[in-house]
Amino acid sequence: MNGFNGGLLSALALTVGLGGVATAEPDDDSLTINGEIAIVTEAAAPAHLEYVDTVYSGWRFRSDETQAVQMDDFDNPGMLGVELGIEQWSAVDGSEGESCASCHGDVEDMAGVKAVYPKWNEGAGEVRTIEMQINDCRKTRMGAEEWKYNGGEMTNTVALLASVSRGLPVNVAIDGPAQSTWEKGKEIYYTRYGQLELSCANCHEDNYGNMIRADHLSQGQINGFPTYRLKNTKLNTVHDRFRGCIRDTRAHTFSVASPEFIALELYVTSRGNGLSVEGPSVRN
Amino acid sequence: MRKLLMVSAALAVTASAGWSEAIMPASVSFDDGAVASSISGQPGDPEAGRLVMNKGAGNCIACHEVSVLSEWPFHGEVGPALDGVGDRWSEAELRGIVSNAKMMFPETMMPSFYKTDGYIRPGNAFTGKAAEGELEPLLTAQQIEDVVAFLLTLKE
Repeated sequence: MNGFNGGLLSALALTVGLGGVATAEPDDDSLTINGEIAIVTEAAAPAHLEYVDTVYSGWRFRSDETQAVQMDDFDNPGMLGVELGIEQWSAVDGSEGESCASCHGDVEDMAGVKAVYPKWNEGAGEVRTIEMQINDCRKTRMGAEEWKYNGGEMTNTVALLASVSRGLPVNVAIDGPAQSTWEKGKEIYYTRYGQLELSCANCHEDNYGNMIRADHLSQGQINGFPTYRLKNTKLNTVHDRFRGCIRDTRAHTFSVASPEFIALELYVTSRGNGLSVEGPSVRN
Repeated sequence: MRKLLMVSAALAVTASAGWSEAIMPASVSFDDGAVASSISGQPGDPEAGRLVMNKGAGNCIACHEVSVLSEWPFHGEVGPALDGVGDRWSEAELRGIVSNAKMMFPETMMPSFYKTDGYIRPGNAFTGKAAEGELEPLLTAQQIEDVVAFLLTLKE
């Protein structure tokens, strides 16, 4: 359906002869970072997706110039956050005299961890984002103050953990004890919020590939978070991005770290199962 | 219902000595998705409607391409192109679609521009905060009429 509409619309655009870019599909570029980390930006949709056959990284919807910034860590400003994250990784903090490295060792050994979050935590009886897990470590293992959920220290550490998982497939579990949270996230994804009555699906499932004003709509995949945006020149968290999108529907948004956004993060992450972890990615 | 509305519109004309009041969003009468007569009680101004098509007002071109508005960049392609729309739809149909397209196309993504209730978590404009008090429709009754008048000028 999307392909049909997109094709029809771009045919009309050509007939009408308007200026601007009328690219109705993701491009054909392939992404390798630093000439060595191969990133899967296109994959068969996970079985639970009913209306989409192929999932694409948002990287495929960006201009060549924006894409290039992510292809080399020396060009990617998001890697400055990763460097700060490396310093924090071995920095002792809190009453127990521990750092992340005290228990977890070399951060490279954390490869694959980011790929399975959000994740059910049996002891806590809840689905946890990686931010929640980091703060639990800080509080209970390190005796340290929790970080602000979407603050700089936290986001830099999440970027670090993403960076060591780059190229590994996103693979969050949606069944078993996580299923009810996942269902809740799915319901939010398809709910038309705000005075503009727009759901995530309206733009990112029904209209990816189409232009909405100057924006080339992507599938809204979050495998590249935290994401360095050229628009605000900083690393952006998933929940802040959700908040911005829902705000733009003229809705009363949910809060960062709310149960609703945790559920939505699990659901939207699962829509990208099979794509590579890409954070810190670069977008416009 | 429609007759009642026409009566009350007529009464409004009488009461305000020639200046008829707009029909409130909840009172607009749709017939197969179309709205027969002006909801502002006044004719539309196509030149004013042209301006509403741009960002800051209706922002219609965020989703629709319109050749005669090519001076403004970045027309979207989410909805159908509007060239020739004045030939394809009647004035009443266009008024219905612009006011509340979901009356004609229940699943459409198009926002309802003359509606004030039935929303899920309505916000205070684009602040992300909860709406306070009664919502204003996205466009005024006269802006709806102006857009309809502009769309009627789009002939093949």
